[in-house]
Amino acid sequence: MVNGISLMLAESNVEGLARDFGDGGLLAEGAWLIVVVPFVATLAITLFGKRLPWKGAELAVGAVVFALVYGGALLLTSWFGDGIVHEGSVKIGEFGGFEVEWGWVVDGLSSMMFFVVGLVSTACFVYAVGYMKGEVRWTAFFASFTLFAGAMLMLVSAANLIQLLIGWELVGVSSYLLIGHYWEEKENSSAAIKAFIVNKIADVGLVIGIIIAAITVGTFSISEIIQRVVESDSELDDVAAIIALLLFVGAMGKSAQFPLHVWLPDAMAGPTPVSALMHAATMVTAGVYLVARMFPLFHEMAPGVLDLVLIIGTITLVIAGLLAIVQDDIKRVLAYSTLSQLGYMTAALGAGAYTAGLFHLFTHAFFKSLLFLGAGSVIHAVHSNNMSDMGGLRKYMPRTFWTFIIGSLALAGIAPLAGFFSKDEILASFNEANQPIVLLLGLVTAFITALYMARAVFLTFFGEYKGQGSPHESPAIMTVPMMVLAGFAVVAGLFNVPGQIGAFNEWVSTRFVETVGASEFLGEHATSFDVPVLLLGLLAGLAGIYLGYRLYYPDAATQKERDRLYVRGLWPVLENKYYIDDLYMEGVVNPIKGPIARFIDWTNSYIIDYVVNLVGMFTRVVGKVVYGVLDQRGIDLAINEVSAGAGFLGGKLRYIQTGKIQQYATWLFLGAVALVIGFWIKVT
Amino acid sequence: MTLSQFLVLSAGLFSIGVYGVLIRRNAVLILLSVEVMLAAVNINLVAFGQYLENTGRFAEGTAASGQVFALFVITVAAAEVGIGLAIVLLIFRNRSSVNVDELDALKW
Repeated sequence: MVNGISLMLAESNVEGLARDFGDGGLLAEGAWLIVVVPFVATLAITLFGKRLPWKGAELAVGAVVFALVYGGALLLTSWFGDGIVHEGSVKIGEFGGFEVEWGWVVDGLSSMMFFVVGLVSTACFVYAVGYMKGEVRWTAFFASFTLFAGAMLMLVSAANLIQLLIGWELVGVSSYLLIGHYWEEKENSSAAIKAFIVNKIADVGLVIGIIIAAITVGTFSISEIIQRVVESDSELDDVAAIIALLLFVGAMGKSAQFPLHVWLPDAMAGPTPVSALMHAATMVTAGVYLVARMFPLFHEMAPGVLDLVLIIGTITLVIAGLLAIVQDDIKRVLAYSTLSQLGYMTAALGAGAYTAGLFHLFTHAFFKSLLFLGAGSVIHAVHSNNMSDMGGLRKYMPRTFWTFIIGSLALAGIAPLAGFFSKDEILASFNEANQPIVLLLGLVTAFITALYMARAVFLTFFGEYKGQGSPHESPAIMTVPMMVLAGFAVVAGLFNVPGQIGAFNEWVSTRFVETVGASEFLGEHATSFDVPVLLLGLLAGLAGIYLGYRLYYPDAATQKERDRLYVRGLWPVLENKYYIDDLYMEGVVNPIKGPIARFIDWTNSYIIDYVVNLVGMFTRVVGKVVYGVLDQRGIDLAINEVSAGAGFLGGKLRYIQTGKIQQYATWLFLGAVALVIGFWIKVT
Repeated sequence: MTLSQFLVLSAGLFSIGVYGVLIRRNAVLILLSVEVMLAAVNINLVAFGQYLENTGRFAEGTAASGQVFALFVITVAAAEVGIGLAIVLLIFRNRSSVNVDELDALKW
């Protein structure tokens, strides 16, 4: 049964600036299709993808194009209409007092995510058709890829925490499949396992958080929980900090925040389109989305956790940015850059700047997927991930070069590209939240961001070619998606120009405007440019590019040495990734692999096995006794005796059967006489 | 005539029939004896039917049912004798004898 409970929140008593939104009509009611279509496509590709002309890729592309068109339609309806707030659900079952529903939320936030996931997926899928040509397990790749996008759409559309968790875990599973796509090499399957395990550790937090929230509120429904927050429910207030903390632990895993960021750089083992999608629209944005979705809980009831979010985000943005400078693998540069940008988003949410964090998610999705696709195009051409094998590609791959430049400038926050607006808004929000240290670190990282992107660009595209063979431009099927994304990387920032265009702000705030009233959250959203911060941010970006130019442009030409910016004491730490991986290896994995595993093995073979063997031996003895005494001598004997008795009696009795008919008749009459006599006696 | 006279006649006839069935060796005569027994039964049926009618103990619409029963028995007996004699004839053709003492193939 489908029941639209749209406007449920709007109709409840909400004061202040709450305002009514449209329910989106048929378009929103059918939004479940966005989730279902990719899953059906996954199933179809798995079952008969190999028999199709393109071996399943057409179904995959079709599914994400559908999500893009539908998501775009929702976003446009929401933009040019009065906004949409709709919640549909289908009841699946009831466990105890908990109703489990499959629901779909259509509001500005989810519409925006539908659109971003749809667009980036479409670009990556089309690109993958070219990129994966001739690679192993083509059909399986597209099946997992579609599942990946579908799982993210499910997560985004979730109306309740259980569904969110299911989408969340499906994202984890499909990312495992995709990262380990080339599992023939041990390194790749280890990376997949690492990603999966680190995510699982964080997921434990998420699951416990969800359980506590559900038990306290009595439902999994997100809107109900938010409603309780608005009503300042005291029961929820008591545990809100724990819930928020645990949810954030889950978000730290998926969004790869320090100290659970270690899986993301290794996840580069997957094919490049996977990295592009994973880093831009799906998976890593899930954590940010979760915090954003539950933002009132953090903001109203758990300000302490929000401070932690700010701290973790700030740590991540700085340390990951520094790491990006020393990488040789171009994909790893981008991976650490993603970590750093996720740190910006998380820190923005932590500073209470809801819109700014999501806006950066929105713009980052376009230029980061663009950069990854560009890196993939380069890798495709030179057959190496290392920038020391590249150089001078500007001449050979002009389209890749120009789109990569656009992506890099957008990431470096150069006006008027997308990253400029979103990064400026985040920095402004740090300023507004009165966090000078965070603001300073944000500015420094903006400088670092520009530096490592300049380094990547100069080492890859300038100077002389250092690799094998002769590189060539990628086919149109790969370059066209990059150009489309480049277009968005240019214009995406214009969706939210402070004081001028508030479209994005309108989209992502619909739900909260409806429930809490706009003033509550949007007061902390910048309504005008913070000019000093803006100039500083721009300056930091330009300075970073200039330094990169001075250090690496001549280097790229002469190819004398790779890292000219060598800081004694700092570089070894960076090259060892702050020893965090080693710490986990030595501190967690090896003790478990070594003494703990040995102890458990010993326990297993000497104690548990012994008990098992004892029980087995006992059972055997009992079995023997039962067989010999009870079965052979008892039951079998009884059965044999009974049958022998029956045979003996039958042998004797058969002589009655003489064949003489008159004898039978005599017996018959005698019987009749006996009956008569019997009756006679009874009657008299 | 009283009922008991008929019953005595019937009992006598029946006993003769039973004697014949048990003693005679010839299959034809055994069938004959069976007919005698059936005749005894018929006498019983008619006698009791008449007796009940005379004493007015029949329920409404069941008059003369004893006689009707007897008629049925005669009909069935005719059919039975027909089949019995056919069997005897066939046995005689196969074994040149109708002595039931010799017809004991169906034994242990």
